[in-house]
Amino acid sequence: MKIHEYQAKAVLARFGVPVPRGEVAFSAAEAGEIARRLGGPVSVVKAQIHAGGRGKGGGVKLAKSAQEAEQLAAQMIGMTLVTHQTGPEGRKVGRVLIEEGLQIDRELYLSILIDRASQAPVIIASAAGGMDIEEVAASTPEKIIKETIERGTGIVPFEARKIAFAIGLDGALANKMVKLLDSIYRAFIATDASMIEINPLIVTKGGDLLALDAKVTFDDNALYRHPDLKDLRDLTEEDPLEVEASKFSLNYIRLDGNIGCMVNGAGLAMATMDIIKLAGGEPANFLDVGGGANAEQIKNAFRILMADKNVKAVLINIFGGILRCDVLASGVIAAVKELGVPVPIVIRMEGTNVEEGKRMLKESGLNFATADSMGEAAQQVVALASAGVNR
Amino acid sequence: MAVLLDKNTRLIVQGLTGREGTFHAKQAQAYGTNVVGGVTPGKGGTTHEGWPIYNTMQEAVEKTGANASVIFVPPPFAADAIMESADAGIALIVCITEGIPVVDMLKAMTFLEGKATRLIGPNCPGIISPGKGKAGIIPHNIVREGRIGIVSKSGTLTYEAIHQLTRVGMGQTTCIGIGGDPLIGTSFIDALTLFQADPDTEAVIMIGEIGGSAEEDAAAWIKKNFRKPVVGFIAGQTAPPGRRMGHAGAIIAGGKGTANEKMAALANAGVRVVKSPADMGTALKDVLGR
Repeated sequence: MKIHEYQAKAVLARFGVPVPRGEVAFSAAEAGEIARRLGGPVSVVKAQIHAGGRGKGGGVKLAKSAQEAEQLAAQMIGMTLVTHQTGPEGRKVGRVLIEEGLQIDRELYLSILIDRASQAPVIIASAAGGMDIEEVAASTPEKIIKETIERGTGIVPFEARKIAFAIGLDGALANKMVKLLDSIYRAFIATDASMIEINPLIVTKGGDLLALDAKVTFDDNALYRHPDLKDLRDLTEEDPLEVEASKFSLNYIRLDGNIGCMVNGAGLAMATMDIIKLAGGEPANFLDVGGGANAEQIKNAFRILMADKNVKAVLINIFGGILRCDVLASGVIAAVKELGVPVPIVIRMEGTNVEEGKRMLKESGLNFATADSMGEAAQQVVALASAGVNR
Repeated sequence: MAVLLDKNTRLIVQGLTGREGTFHAKQAQAYGTNVVGGVTPGKGGTTHEGWPIYNTMQEAVEKTGANASVIFVPPPFAADAIMESADAGIALIVCITEGIPVVDMLKAMTFLEGKATRLIGPNCPGIISPGKGKAGIIPHNIVREGRIGIVSKSGTLTYEAIHQLTRVGMGQTTCIGIGGDPLIGTSFIDALTLFQADPDTEAVIMIGEIGGSAEEDAAAWIKKNFRKPVVGFIAGQTAPPGRRMGHAGAIIAGGKGTANEKMAALANAGVRVVKSPADMGTALKDVLGR
C-alpha cells in the first residue's frame, strides 16, 4: 500500500527521523493558515499524489509569504498533475503539504528495502541525492552504496558508520546519520514496510540532517496488524475498478487493450496476457481470481471485467487445482444469466472436475466458445475481439 | 528415483483440521502419500478424518516419526508454523500459505539458518513426485511418471507445464513449485542442483516470472554447472513497469527484472526459451530429439 509524503513523514518522525516542520492542507485557506503558523521567510507548497516527479510537473513551489502559499495552494488543489510516473492522464491533486523552507547544503539519497538475492534487508545510500536514483545507478554505479543487513541482528553501529562515511558525512553529521539509520531500520521492521525511500535526505547549511521528501510503501500482507496505517490508504489515488476488485479479494489491474482476461494464479494470468499479445491481441486487464475463488467471486470478477467499456471479448483461462472447474462454470453461468454479458466469451479450462464443468457449460444453453489449449483459446478470442463492435 | 519425496516420506499436515488442510490431506493420501497425522494447537488428542491431531510438532514427530510437513495454516501463523516444524527436526517443510508478511519470513529464514531443514515456498503449490507422493496442492490427475523435472515460481503455470508434458507423452520425476515471494526457502538453483544429482531426471522445464533476479542468477549457474537440457518460460512479457502482478515479487521496477532480460540470460546459458506458454511441452520433446 502506498501513502502520501506527509503521511510517510509523520510515520518516520514517530521513529525519530528528523523531518521539516509542516502540515497538510485540504483547502487554500488551510494552506495560508499553516504557512502563517510556520512563520519564516519561505514556505514550500507540495502537491500530494502517489507519484514521483512532482517538481518537474509544477507540483512543488516556493512561497515567500503566507498569502502566496494560499494562492499557490488554490492553484494546485484540484489541478491535474502530470509527471513521468502518472502517465499522460495525470492525477488530480486533493491535498497539499505546506512546509518550512530550508537552506540546503547537500542532497543525499537513502532507502531500505528487501533484497531478494540476499534474502535480507538492504540499505542503499548515495551522495548523489535529489535525482532519479535509477539514473545515478545506470550512469555512475560507483556512487551507489549497498549494505546488506544481517537478518538476525538488524543494523549495527559499525555498518551505519560505514554508510555515513561512504557518502561523505563526517564528525557530528556522521553521528546524526548513524542515529537516523537506526530509526529508519526500526521503522522499516515495526511498520512492515516494503520500502522506505528518502530522496533527498538533506544536509542544511546549519548542519542538520533531514528527510526533505519521503516515500513509504507497506507490505499489504501485514496491514491486518496495523489498523492505524491501513487508515492512511487514499482510495482517490487508485483506479476505481481496482478498488472494487480488492473488496472481493480479486487481484485486478486495468490495462489498455480490449480482451478481458479471467485467470486463476498470477503466473498463469501473466502468461495469458503474453499469449494474447503473441496472437496479435491486447489484454484489457490482469485478473487473478485466486486459488480458492467461489461462484460469488467469479460473478463479481465478471461484473468488474465488463465495467471496462473497452472490453470486446473475454478469455477465461482456468487451470483448476483448488479452484474446481464446476465451481468456475456455475459462477460464469450465473454471471452471464444475471448480467447479460454482451460480448463473446472463450473458455479454456483444465484440471479438477473439468468434465463436470464442461458439461455444465454445454447444458446451460448459453453461447460460450470453448478451447482445449491456451494457444487455441488465444487465437479464438483475438479473432472475436477484432470482429467485435464498440459498446 | 525422484527428488525430495519418496515412499519413505511420512507427512504431517500443519493445519489439517482446516478446510484446505483437510481437502488436501485426503487428496495426498488418495495419491498414496503416507499422511501420518496433523497439528492444530488446542486440538491435540482428538482425531480428524481418522488422523491423530497433535498440539505441537515436537509431539507429532515423537509419536509418528514424521520427516516432512506441509503447511496450510493462515498467514498470520504460518511463519511460526515453519519455525516450529524446523525446531522439531523436520527435514522437508512445504509451506503452501499465501500472504505471509515479509517481516515474519525474515524471522523464519533466520531461524532456519544452520538447520538441516529444506523449506519449499511459501506461497507455492508444493511438490509432487508422480507415482510416489505429494506434499501440496498440485492436482495429481494430470501427472504421469517419467523423466522430466519441473521447477516453477508460479502454481497454475506448473500445472500447465505438467499437463502439456503429459499430453505429449512425457512424464515427470518431480515437480517443484518454489513460489514467487521475495523470501523463499528453495531457489531455482537449489532445485536445479537436486535435478542435476537425480539420475532419473533427464531434462528440466524452468518457469520464471518478472521481478527480482532469480532467473538471471539461475541462468548464470546453468551455464556453468547444469548438464541437462532445459526449457524455459518467463511470464510477464507484456506486463507494464511499476505494477505488481499478483505475486509480491512480480514487478518490473526501475527497468530491472523484465522478461526480456531474463529470457536473454537463459538463452545465453543454452536454455531453449519459449515465448509462448503453450509451447513448453513440445519444446521439451524437441530438445530431447523425440
